[in-house]
Amino acid sequence: MDLSAISPTLLIASLMVAATPILLAAIGELVVEKAGVLNLGVEGMMITGAICGFAIAVETGSPVLGFICAAIGAAILSMIFGVLTQFFLSNQVATGLALTLFGLGLSSLLGQSYVGIKPPSTEKIDFPLLSDIPYLGPIVFNHDLMVYLTLALVAAVWATLKYTRAGLILRAVGENHDAAHALGYKVIRVRLMAIAFGGACAGLGGAYLSLIRVPQWTEGMTAGAGWIALAIVVFASWRPLRVLLGAYLFGGVTVLQLNLQAAGMAIPVEYLSMSPYLITILVLVIMSAPRKGGKARMSLAAPACLGRAFHASS
Amino acid sequence: MTTALLEIEGLTKAYPGVVANDHVTFTINEGEVHALLGENGAGKSTLVKMIYGLVKPDAGTMRLRGAAFTPPEPRAARADGIAMVFQHFSLFEALDVAENIALGMENPPKMRDLAAQISKVSEEYGLPLDPFRTVGDLSAGERQRVEIIRCLLQNPKLLIMDEPTSVLTPQEVDILFKTLEQLRSEGTSILYISHKLDEIRRLCDTATILRLGKKVDTCNPREESVRTMAEMMVGGTLHVPERVPHAQGDVALEINNLSVPSPLQFGTSLKEIKLKVHKGEVLGVGGVAGNGQDELTAALSGEVVSASGAILLHGKSVGHLPPQSRRAMGILAAPEERLGHAAAPNMSLTENALLTANVRKKMARKGFLNWAAAKDYAKDVIRDFDVRTPGPENAARSLSGGNLQKFVIGREILQKPDVLVVNQPTWGVDASAAADIRQALLDLAGEGAAIIVISQDLDELMEISDRFAALNGGRLTEPVPAKGLTVDQIGLMMGGAHDMEVAHHGAA
Repeated sequence: MDLSAISPTLLIASLMVAATPILLAAIGELVVEKAGVLNLGVEGMMITGAICGFAIAVETGSPVLGFICAAIGAAILSMIFGVLTQFFLSNQVATGLALTLFGLGLSSLLGQSYVGIKPPSTEKIDFPLLSDIPYLGPIVFNHDLMVYLTLALVAAVWATLKYTRAGLILRAVGENHDAAHALGYKVIRVRLMAIAFGGACAGLGGAYLSLIRVPQWTEGMTAGAGWIALAIVVFASWRPLRVLLGAYLFGGVTVLQLNLQAAGMAIPVEYLSMSPYLITILVLVIMSAPRKGGKARMSLAAPACLGRAFHASS
Repeated sequence: MTTALLEIEGLTKAYPGVVANDHVTFTINEGEVHALLGENGAGKSTLVKMIYGLVKPDAGTMRLRGAAFTPPEPRAARADGIAMVFQHFSLFEALDVAENIALGMENPPKMRDLAAQISKVSEEYGLPLDPFRTVGDLSAGERQRVEIIRCLLQNPKLLIMDEPTSVLTPQEVDILFKTLEQLRSEGTSILYISHKLDEIRRLCDTATILRLGKKVDTCNPREESVRTMAEMMVGGTLHVPERVPHAQGDVALEINNLSVPSPLQFGTSLKEIKLKVHKGEVLGVGGVAGNGQDELTAALSGEVVSASGAILLHGKSVGHLPPQSRRAMGILAAPEERLGHAAAPNMSLTENALLTANVRKKMARKGFLNWAAAKDYAKDVIRDFDVRTPGPENAARSLSGGNLQKFVIGREILQKPDVLVVNQPTWGVDASAAADIRQALLDLAGEGAAIIVISQDLDELMEISDRFAALNGGRLTEPVPAKGLTVDQIGLMMGGAHDMEVAHHGAA
């Protein structure tokens, strides 16, 4: 085994790329859960976004248009979930799982004629001079636009939730929907908007996989990234900046195991491939373990109305 | 002071199967404290929801200062100067005070300015409050202050208060009344909903009485007695529970240094509780909600286990036993929350009867249920406690609050417990049903059971308890004979006013 073959600089740079799709999906799901809705359909929305973006980018030759349509497509899919859970008060867990299954099926149907095609490539942004800085340059200034947009989105979500009235209303709806309704806020409208935002983010994440990270279309290519995004929201105790941390941590483990494989680590590849998932489970167990006083760390931060159906009964 | 602020005429609202308000007509004058009186289900809440724009009336008109007033949503009502303090607080526990207040305003200023305004208004009206504390950490009285200040910041013309004193200590009630009187002297009208008649006689200028959705009378509460108003509400004479005389028996239940952490997120842990309850005795436990009532009920019922010697039944350790074992030995409990805790909402009354009674009434043999016995038992409870329901096969959810409460309490009483623990036995139950439940508890004590009644209704505790103790921050005071206790003494036992020592200025 030759560990010296692993370059820390490249490791960190590729970690940022590996983390971007789950970061996008997780930040969207965070907004959804902050509004009190548990949408387990992230995986389905991601893969729908992946094929929508891929197909449009291939047909038009424009990755930008691909990303836009990926966001729109996944948001439309999320509205199925929105209408079912918000208007027909269906069970959020069951509906979310159904959305995942539906999304996986729909995407392989749409993607039949796109298997094996290469998408138009997305340019990396060129920062003259800056990208030549040793170490820092390749890490920070050598990525495609989506990496930076994603970071900006995380910052925007954080600031919106913390400092704006819209963010306050969103948190209020997730915290106590009956009280929010009594004060005259439109609980269902707020939640639908949050669900659509979550769908759009998941779609962008999927498109990032199929257009930039892989870049290719294969059935089921998200391979559980949506579930990891859900786990990261819990891991982050519903805080945007910790979502960033969680996504980079997971991205880091993923990239590291690839590098270790390449370096010829003397254990079966399967163990390395499962390591990011094992670590995610481990972190979740630690996060949800009760601490002194009997309260689970997780439950302290969860929106109080998470997963509960709202029906205006007045 | 006799110009009309809000005139309500012929207001009607029907829900499927029930007419909540039937042509209700009355007038609220400027600068008047107007009481809205009625039993549960009389239509008080629906009426104020229509004024606040949460519910649209089917028929009838409202006029605010002579102009037609039909608020399509609460926002519009607030813009017209209507503010409301809700019965079940409409607060967000995870947010801080300033954020909660900002949510109730149309155009809130910047957080820092808002915090300054909150401090100013809270001082002006003698309601101290820190704008940056998280609401989940506040006491019930402080939470109510958040709601009141949220209303006051909008300079309301009409302040609606739905059962504001049900969660306050007597001292906190005094301070609230001073604030309300100050508001009245400034010309604000107040619509005050309560079924505490003493308070209404103290505070209100006019009272409108509703019964089954209809207005039955308007009176000046200062010229009526509590009894005449209660009879107007009920529409008949009121039965006062009678105590069966009995000698004090041996110690039935003993609690020694019981300390248990709260299983609830914002709960109160019990600290070193000591208590002896005798056979045939009713011990009343008062205290403001959230001071350990639910935890005490759970510790006694066995939902939360403790050190084995912390609870003794007839001298035997039971502290480590789970609920079914305690039931078999004779400790029964009826928790506060009827739906979801005392009864399973979607299960039938028969199934609910079986859930707690199968141990003492032997409704299961070798793991097989005896449905006939369970059904007979449910029928007995329904008959003996006058539960209004078509039959035992109906779901617990379908019963009204008062009827379900009668069923839940009756289910325990008919099992002939040695020790019965009830938490809020008449919460949300109308006056005549409450009197029946209290009578049943007294009858059970007369037969030699030891009863612990945990309640926030001090009148109830004074009516039926032999001794009284108060929970305050998870500690229980030394029990004292209930006879002759004054409101002030009780208030001090309950912990007095939480940081309410700030002097009242203005109208005080």
